[in-house]
Amino acid sequence: MPEQYRGEVVSVRRAGSYHVLTLTAGSIATQTRPGQFVALAIGGEESGLLLRRAFSIHGVQERGVFGGTVDVVVSPHGAGTRWLAQRHRGDAVNLVGPLGRPFSLPRDPVSCALVGGGYGSAPLFMLAEQLRARGCRVDMVLGAATEEKLFGVLEAKRMASTVTLTTDDGSLGQTGQVTDALAGVMDQHGTDVVYACGPMGMLAAVANMATARGVYSQCAVEESMACGIGVCMTCVLPVIGDDGTTRMVRSCIDGPVFRGDTVRWADVGTIPPDTLGASPVRESSEGAR
Amino acid sequence: MTRATVVPAESPSPWSDGRVNMSTSLAGLEMPSPVLTASGCAAAGRELDQFFDITRLGAVVTKSITLEPRAGRPTPRMAETPSGMLNSIGLQGPGITAFVERDLAWLTQRGARTVVSIAGDTVEDYAKLAKTLRMHDGVDAIEVNISCPNVAERGQVFACSPDSASAVIQAVRRNTDSRVPILAKLSPDVTDITSIAVACVRAGADGLSVINTLLGLVIDTEQMRPALAGVTGGLSGPAIRPVAVRCVWQIRQALPDIPILGMGGIRTGLDALQFILAGAQAVSVGTTVFNDPSGPIRVHQELSTALAERGFSSLAEAVSYAHRAPQDRGLSESIAPAEIDEDSL
Ligand SMILES: Cc1cc2nc3c(=O)[nH]c(=O)nc-3n(C[C@H](O)[C@H](O)[C@H](O)COP(=O)(O)OP(=O)(O)OC[C@H]3O[C@@H](n4cnc5c(N)ncnc54)[C@H](O)[C@@H]3O)c2cc1C
Ligand SMILES: Cc1cc2nc3c(=O)[nH]c(=O)nc-3n(C[C@H](O)[C@H](O)[C@H](O)COP(=O)(O)O)c2cc1C
Ligand code: FES
Repeated sequence: MPEQYRGEVVSVRRAGSYHVLTLTAGSIATQTRPGQFVALAIGGEESGLLLRRAFSIHGVQERGVFGGTVDVVVSPHGAGTRWLAQRHRGDAVNLVGPLGRPFSLPRDPVSCALVGGGYGSAPLFMLAEQLRARGCRVDMVLGAATEEKLFGVLEAKRMASTVTLTTDDGSLGQTGQVTDALAGVMDQHGTDVVYACGPMGMLAAVANMATARGVYSQCAVEESMACGIGVCMTCVLPVIGDDGTTRMVRSCIDGPVFRGDTVRWADVGTIPPDTLGASPVRESSEGAR
Repeated sequence: MTRATVVPAESPSPWSDGRVNMSTSLAGLEMPSPVLTASGCAAAGRELDQFFDITRLGAVVTKSITLEPRAGRPTPRMAETPSGMLNSIGLQGPGITAFVERDLAWLTQRGARTVVSIAGDTVEDYAKLAKTLRMHDGVDAIEVNISCPNVAERGQVFACSPDSASAVIQAVRRNTDSRVPILAKLSPDVTDITSIAVACVRAGADGLSVINTLLGLVIDTEQMRPALAGVTGGLSGPAIRPVAVRCVWQIRQALPDIPILGMGGIRTGLDALQFILAGAQAVSVGTTVFNDPSGPIRVHQELSTALAERGFSSLAEAVSYAHRAPQDRGLSESIAPAEIDEDSL
């Protein structure tokens, strides 16, 4: 069950263009499963930035000198992520978590490809560890715009059977995108399941590639969230249910992990006309909020 | 009533600090706490029940429900703004049938007091919603969200016209058991909110919910187009609090006896106290829940402490207190009478 915790920064370290924050998190740490996230409050109790920011849980330590802790990987760009990147040891950071549905793990020791784009690799290492513990083969494909934006290369090398790196500018690994490399990885290692986390465009490409090959995929999506706990309906995307009906589904509690073949990637950001409750007429800009 | 020394409350709320009787009554809806959730900021209570015991709330106010399932607006649906946010959800929801079966049934079984918020495109929609609710237990009050475009009036919002607002309230009143109070939820986007308030009360509203969001627009300067897919959205959060307190104040002056559920930017107990002093019998905590999921409980506790510190032995004594003339305040250290300039209101 998610909970709110008044955490504290234990450490901040730089990793390329990212800041890795370790935060005290009490029993959030013990409850976390790979793919879940925390929602961090920005700027103290009187902050004018009211909305929490979502971060994948990169790692946890269940028991230590500080009790449970969680690690998050922050890519500073807007006001909230910049504020977090400027935190120091001992500063207060309020957490809500663990939130969302985790990656589901295969029962059998199958061959898995884990694909991360930019900081999207953050949740994949906990996942890799648990897959390995089940006897699964793990191949990792990490991609980013530049070398600075690749996260966790060394960790990947420690955990995965093979690691393939791609950068848009060729500063490290193959020049190009993860999807360019993924097909080869899947063929070579007989991938049964693809796990992916990263920008929506990448997820769409990865999911479509997996589905086209009849391979099962699990994608952790990133949608703008106001509450992160399922009460506001801002974070929705069109997902096809078991009954074949498309619904606008909350990515914060029904996701962020979805089966790649159930998300209508091309329609994200729209209400497809065949969605349950879609209205062909209603286009007044007033009210209805 | 005078503000006297602190006396033990007769029936203290089971979870206040014991010094102040926090129970309140809103048009016959008796509640042990004056703090409720706000429609659209608590879904149907289930998610928040993970963070605190929702039966401790005054009531859960559910997301406005429509007749049919609704997919809502495209994303992005929100933009953060200074001390607030803009949202354009478009009333996404499962429709009244699924709501009654799943959400209302759960709330009832959970033992939570429930205010069901309803929304429609036509007067007839509201009437049908009320008829459906009438057949079910567990509806402690109905909040009528009239900040919706009226299809018959080319999309003009019901809450912006006294006639449309009255028509909706009348239709709901006619189709609702007289024991179930009806709250009309008013929009601040009007020239004179008191005239809409008066119209709703004449049409049979037992109380008023004040206020809904303010219409706003944010332009994304990178993309150089509106940040929300729905273009405009509703502004909420502490940024709107002074507007909300002003609306409660004006309505209390115009309608001294009408029960008011105040809301708009309540983040702390002192924020809630402003609404109580301005004339609200109870308050809803909305956007703050996104920042602090157990915010409503914290607000209750802070309000209880704030009342005790000011020498009130019950919440009821503080309602409308800011309107009182100095001689009626029971203050020993009587301060100079404040000028009340009716014209400037
Ligand atoms: C499930 C999930 C996991 C995430 N994991 C990570 C992670 O591990 N590392 C990381 O650096 N970032 C992650 N993000 C993205 C991160 O939440 C946003 O970058 C951050 O909220 C932006 O805040 P800001 O104040 O810097 O930007 P602003 O643009 O100022 O934010 C304004 C508002 O928009 C929302 N918002 C803006 N961009 C995004 C976005 N891309 N996704 C979601 N909300 C957004 C913010 O929450 C905020 O409410 C994740 C997002 C989600 C949904
Ligand atoms: C995301 C969101 C959804 C909302 N949905 C509804 C709704 O369905 N019906 C309604 O009457 N008000 C709705 N509101 C308005 C709130 O109930 C409340 O009136 C308003 O937000 C002001 O209170 P606050 O500042 O505490 O949030 C919504 C507000 C938000 C932020
Ligand atoms: S972010 Fe509020 S419902 Fe998902």
